[in-house]
Amino acid sequence: MTVGLFVPCYVDQFYPQVAIASLQLLEKQGLTVRFPKKQTCCGQPMANSGFEHLTGGCNKNFLEAFEGFDYIVCPSGSCALHVKHHLKVEGQEALASDIRNRVYELTEFLTDVLQVKNLKARFPYRVGMHQSCHGQRGLKLSQMSELVAAPFSKPESLLRMVQDIEMVQLDRVDECCGFGGSFCVSEEAVSARMGQDRVADHQRNGAQVITGADMSCLMHLEGILRRQGSAVQVKHIAEILNGE
Amino acid sequence: MSSRDKILAVVAAAQPDALPLPQVGIQPEKRDVVAQFTAVLTGIGGRVWHAADRAEALQRLQEGYTEREQVIVLPDHQDVVDTSMLDPHLLRDVDLAIITASLAVAENGAIWVTDEALVQRVLPFITQNLAVLVPKAALVATMHDAYAAIGKMDYGFGLFIAGPSKTADIEQSLVLGAHGSRSMTVVLLD
Amino acid sequence: MAVVNGKDHAALADVFNKDKARVGWHDETLWFVRQKRDKAAHGIAEWEQLRQTASDIKDHVLSRLSQYLVEFETRAKENGIIVHWAADAEEHNSIVLGLLQKAGVNRMVKSKSMLTEECHLNEFLAKKGIEVIDTDLGERIVQLAEEAPSHIVLPCIHKKKEEIGALFHKHLGTPAGNADPQFLTEAARQHLREKFLTRRVALTGVNFAIAETGEFVVCTNEGNADMGAHLADVHIACMGIEKIIPKREHLGVFLRLLARSATGQPVTTYNSHFKKPRKGAELHVVLVDNGRSRQLARKDFRNSLKCIRCAACFNTCPVYRRSGGHSYHTAIAGPIGSILAPNLDMRQYADLPFASTLCGSCSNVCPVKIDIHDQLYKWRQVLGKEGYVPKSKELGMKGLAMAVNNATMFSVGGKLGRWVMRNTPFVVNNGMNPWFKQREMPEAPKESFREWYAKNRKEG
Repeated sequence: MTVGLFVPCYVDQFYPQVAIASLQLLEKQGLTVRFPKKQTCCGQPMANSGFEHLTGGCNKNFLEAFEGFDYIVCPSGSCALHVKHHLKVEGQEALASDIRNRVYELTEFLTDVLQVKNLKARFPYRVGMHQSCHGQRGLKLSQMSELVAAPFSKPESLLRMVQDIEMVQLDRVDECCGFGGSFCVSEEAVSARMGQDRVADHQRNGAQVITGADMSCLMHLEGILRRQGSAVQVKHIAEILNGE
Repeated sequence: MSSRDKILAVVAAAQPDALPLPQVGIQPEKRDVVAQFTAVLTGIGGRVWHAADRAEALQRLQEGYTEREQVIVLPDHQDVVDTSMLDPHLLRDVDLAIITASLAVAENGAIWVTDEALVQRVLPFITQNLAVLVPKAALVATMHDAYAAIGKMDYGFGLFIAGPSKTADIEQSLVLGAHGSRSMTVVLLD
Repeated sequence: MAVVNGKDHAALADVFNKDKARVGWHDETLWFVRQKRDKAAHGIAEWEQLRQTASDIKDHVLSRLSQYLVEFETRAKENGIIVHWAADAEEHNSIVLGLLQKAGVNRMVKSKSMLTEECHLNEFLAKKGIEVIDTDLGERIVQLAEEAPSHIVLPCIHKKKEEIGALFHKHLGTPAGNADPQFLTEAARQHLREKFLTRRVALTGVNFAIAETGEFVVCTNEGNADMGAHLADVHIACMGIEKIIPKREHLGVFLRLLARSATGQPVTTYNSHFKKPRKGAELHVVLVDNGRSRQLARKDFRNSLKCIRCAACFNTCPVYRRSGGHSYHTAIAGPIGSILAPNLDMRQYADLPFASTLCGSCSNVCPVKIDIHDQLYKWRQVLGKEGYVPKSKELGMKGLAMAVNNATMFSVGGKLGRWVMRNTPFVVNNGMNPWFKQREMPEAPKESFREWYAKNRKEG
């Protein structure tokens, strides 16, 4: 089984340790994992700003970069969702459709495809799980609090396999953090307030570390925590699941 | 072209190909309708009393209200007064209206009446307090059951009432007695 | 870009967020309503099935709307209701004015109707010398404050009780400093009871109109619609053409969903079915298009017309809760308003589809399963293509597109890396950068993942 590692552009540039952890975590499962250099960006920043029509080149790159892999795995629910919903290339619809169906978010891949039942990882901290909206409500990684339906959570099930971890219960289990792509600057006041309120929920409930499956949300929360001088850290879920 | 015809033409051109009308396939379930009705109506600020029959109910209501309320209206009590002839504005001083409902819903504490039982439509709103006599046999589980019972009934005005008039417009603080009746007492008759 | 006094949603939200304590209070108050909704929904095992059924019924109605409108009109006329048709807000307002003039009155009472807000009826009638008293408590409060409702179910949810106390002291003569909700509600009851008893025309909205029977249903908790309608000689009910449902039995579905979604109540206190006029009184229905047929023709956006105005999407929206209804500068705020408003005026409301993180909670609480957040995304695309997105954003996105679209120009630490480092908000370290205002930037790592991978893995 050959897996193409799809690394969000901002993770590549600012959070290499998240991509490294994702790569190592997948390699530990005995998979052949490749990072196609040709990949750039999934196109979401443009599309969410109203310029999906400018993402043709991105889509073409994506197709060329990831053609031929059995699975394409991404440590971001948001980027994975964008590709699954919006990847299209004129004249190559069959290929695009095939690739869309091979894209998985990391925790979804570990849970549904690899059906991981145990992990060799230890993380002796109190951890708050931030449910990133695109992963949760878009990819259905976890049950959503709005629905009258049985609860489940793919990322939390994985975290519970980690030794010595203590999960904290939040007051608002799946409220958006307010990152929202360009929203974080175009609606600065609301975005920052949403982030501050999310952080406060984790702090109030005793989290030492905030984790999640999307580094973009965590980057936003980290920015707020550091401005406050808080001791609470953020860690992408891949870093915890890969930890010794 | 009239606005009517213009709107209908534009709508007809805009609407997509016909989609099917679904069946309302909610399955009825067995439940203790008296217990649920009582719990729900109490939860939304109403009261539930029990009486063997209409006479006992009226007596209890009179006992419960005579201290404060002077004007009592029983629209379906023919020997009192024919309120249908009244100007509805004259009901402004009614303290207690006692009406009879032939249908009530356990899931939401609502009772169903039509203008036949009200005689004056404004009565259950303008009265300071509302009492409703409901035979226990008139209780159904859900709104689906209620509409099945109503069926194609013809009426000029029909009404579900669930509890006293209320508002939470000021800081989400619940206040009973906004514009309509300040209290609602349902007397379940055996 | 859309504006109110030169301010778009972001700018108005910025003003709202100056008072941090108040934002917290507003957020908590509305979150409390969301929690009540959750509790009510979770009490119904078949909740999701109900939502699907409601959605399917509404989809069906939209696909046969012209036929149902005719059926409703026919049945309503048989019932003795006088039916009017208005193509737009202007025609709606002049129909109402005509009915008031015919009745020979210059004042009326009005219960909640978002349609009349959309049509700016009160302002229109005021100019014609007609006094309108809004009788819903929350609407009366904002009317006294000379403000617009900030929420379609809880019109004065942005106001604190002390402010309402001061308003009542000024207008209704209540004692200064009394801000007890119970006391203030009682004062409004007495004040408005006099209006109900003396007004000869009452206007109400419509929650549902039933094609099969020609009746319509009005839902309130306060009883104000009924107090107005049953004491007046003339009752005018105004409704958007999308309010039609096929059969009376379908009310079972919608009434189970509406109040639970709106406030967490099992049903609204009063659910009044108006079928025939009261003896000696007139009953009018005004059917209003005002852009609805245009929205119906937009494939991607037509199902926004399924909305039953419960406001569950407002209460769950983390942006609405922290920006307030007035920041949306339109009659219907919140997520649903943000997909309805651009249909009315794309330029004026171009900012609203961007007033969202696309978190998707709105679509999940919607009792008729409108895909609100997907439509917000789709409106963004329409607005981007039509040139309604600010030029600065467009240039930035074109720059990003150029950088990431061309893979051959891309290399380690190359064009993308440079572009990202230069332009992403969270690395531009200056006071002008909105990211930096309340957040630190991430620390730049020694090497990108790309560089690490080239060194540490042979193949790549």
